[in-house]
Amino acid sequence: MLSRTADNLYWLARYVERAEYLARILEVTQRLRTLPLSYAGSSNEWESTLATAGCAHAFSRAYAEANEETVTDFLCFSTANPSSIRNCFEMARGNARAVRTALTVEMWDAINGTWLELQRFGSGTRSHEEFMRFLRWVQESSLRFDGSAYRTMLRNDAYWFSRLGVYMERADNTARILDVKYHLLLPAHERVGGPLDYFQWAAILRSVSALTAYHWVYRDSVKPWLIADLLILRDELPRSLASCYQNLVLYLDHIGRAYGRQGAAQRQAQSIRARIENSRMEEIFQTGLHEFISEFVADNNRLGVTIGEQYLI
Amino acid sequence: MADAFDEMTGVDGTVQPAYGELARWLAEIAPDILAFRRREAEVLFRRFGITFAVYGEAHAQERLIPFDVLPRILAAAEWEMLRAGLEQRVKALNLYIQDIYSRREILKAGVVPEELVFQNPVFRPEMNGLKVPHGIHVHIAGIDVVRTEAETFYVLEDNARTPSGVSYMLENREIMLRLFPELFARHRIAPVENYPDELLAMLNSVAPQNTSTDPTVVLLTPGVYNSAYYEHSFLADKLGIELVEGRDLFVMDQLVYMRTTQGPKRVDVIYRRVDDDFLDPLAFRPDSTLGVPGLMTAYQAGNVTLANAVGTGIADDKAVYSYMPQIIKFYLGAEPILKNVPTWCCREPEHLAYVLDHLEELVIKEVHGSGGYGMLVGPQADKQTIAIFRAKLKTNPKSFVAQPTLALSTCPTCVDEGVAPRHVDLRPFVLTGRDRIRIVPGGLTRVALTKGSLIVNSSQGGGTKDTWVLDQ
Repeated sequence: MLSRTADNLYWLARYVERAEYLARILEVTQRLRTLPLSYAGSSNEWESTLATAGCAHAFSRAYAEANEETVTDFLCFSTANPSSIRNCFEMARGNARAVRTALTVEMWDAINGTWLELQRFGSGTRSHEEFMRFLRWVQESSLRFDGSAYRTMLRNDAYWFSRLGVYMERADNTARILDVKYHLLLPAHERVGGPLDYFQWAAILRSVSALTAYHWVYRDSVKPWLIADLLILRDELPRSLASCYQNLVLYLDHIGRAYGRQGAAQRQAQSIRARIENSRMEEIFQTGLHEFISEFVADNNRLGVTIGEQYLI
Repeated sequence: MADAFDEMTGVDGTVQPAYGELARWLAEIAPDILAFRRREAEVLFRRFGITFAVYGEAHAQERLIPFDVLPRILAAAEWEMLRAGLEQRVKALNLYIQDIYSRREILKAGVVPEELVFQNPVFRPEMNGLKVPHGIHVHIAGIDVVRTEAETFYVLEDNARTPSGVSYMLENREIMLRLFPELFARHRIAPVENYPDELLAMLNSVAPQNTSTDPTVVLLTPGVYNSAYYEHSFLADKLGIELVEGRDLFVMDQLVYMRTTQGPKRVDVIYRRVDDDFLDPLAFRPDSTLGVPGLMTAYQAGNVTLANAVGTGIADDKAVYSYMPQIIKFYLGAEPILKNVPTWCCREPEHLAYVLDHLEELVIKEVHGSGGYGMLVGPQADKQTIAIFRAKLKTNPKSFVAQPTLALSTCPTCVDEGVAPRHVDLRPFVLTGRDRIRIVPGGLTRVALTKGSLIVNSSQGGGTKDTWVLDQ
């Protein structure tokens, strides 16, 4: 397979995953902003959203103030923000078009249909109702694309590279939420937040669609250290770091076996996965949640670079 | 201009035998059937993403070419005559290019003026004395043919560089098979679906002698922004070969490789849809980002086949065109089977004088133009446009040729008012391999959808039709 084809498939999957994540955190923000100030805390929720989206720096170059209007525009429709939902879909479709022949008709239909539909929303939405519809639509589009890939693609290197894109992006997104919100998740005696963090905790779970899952796994009320456990160590949760790395190792193994060669990417992924599997939540809190996550983010980025060097260029 | 020959009803209204079944069917069906199928066809084309881009249109980045649901029909005997003529013409094109880049006998014999070759910007000195694999230069040719009477076909233009449109020939047939099964059931029609197989067989046959028995063939595209990108991806898919861009290839020790997820892989044959100018920044335009640095050295070393070869442009511009009858006679010793439209080369003073006197009745074309751009159709132009062309001709006569306005044949076409005659042309595709010449029966019929218009180019609002060659 051409390296460029693999690269296009990988980024196609990443951009669709990223668009869904952005829609999810914006939906959560919309919930939080309806709470009384004393519940949601005094911090600017829109700034926190930008940080969770990983766009705070780029935003500050374009706008002076983070409020509902500027942040939703920047994250959803802005052409100046390379990671806006609009740009994610544009890039995804651009990548798809470049590898038309490597996609199934269903995948092409899904991403091309999304792109055509995107033009209808134009450069913004006119009401809250329409905005919420837009966010739902983004998530449904991602589900449709992911489902069409899962159900129609041949299980060969094309599929594996596209899955690598999904899980690299997902690991990065989950880690970013943890990185921005870690202070809310520290055990009670270390906590720096207010007593009404419950809504913030629920918001974190919602942004990885895990609020219901949490109750099924723990059968307990929402506790911050259990949230950290769920998002980092529990491989039952599809967006946990453990689950992402289980999948990254799996698909890198498939590629390595098919090509008859293991490389640096396989070794790095296995070592990150081993580190997660061998960790206990108590130890992570002892050595520092923030340090653990920072290290993970750096490792994850390094793996992305290695996959690129080994296969995509 | 006299009334045009209609391919269904001739000149006196008698239905031609090849169109007998279609005429009966048109008389039988409910009137709204055609409109309904037209809409259905458009949905299908849009869903398949069969689009093209029009240069200079910012918004309509991807557009559909209008598709006409009524087929254009050729009888077996008509096609046989065309086929023989096309084969002859492409043989002569290949011999001419081979000669120009080696012994130049035709120039020594004074049949073609030297300046037409050496002052031509598409002449490539890099090709001098180069023995291309199997002596074939034009592997894929698209020859534009028009008809003026029952038995009279003219070649309007030879396309010997990177002719496009074959994907429409294939897709049009698929769409027609879906939309009109009952109409197909009344005919026996030569298939076109084997074109990708024939193309692949041809490309495999022209691999350099020193390569393995299983050559690696790729299709080189300028990328997604090219107007024919859809066709490139469509063909690569049907052929089962990699669709590569310049950056996917590299040259090492005069061998061409593509970058794959499993490391470099040797490439033997490149079906390239990138123009000469952009093929290799080290040999041609240094600012090209579409090409492969060093490709020409690998080519010159005989390690890779380019289809088509570099420098084939010297055989297909509109000035050389006027010499084609002599070129055919010179190499093949035979009279041309397909006629050439009489052409005035404005570079010659007496021709220019005649052209300036008859602008209102002639078609003026740029020597290096294509796609219907920069063209004047005298009888249909207003005074101002004619004045502009008069000035252009006087300042730069060498860049123009003129031809009489031909009464192109018409075919029944489905338009808003119903079924009406519209002018058509035909582009059949001729494949030249080591073993033989392959021509799939039919080609791409282009139709000028505007009443009376003679310009069929898709960039100028033309549409396409399925082309049937009957089996009798």
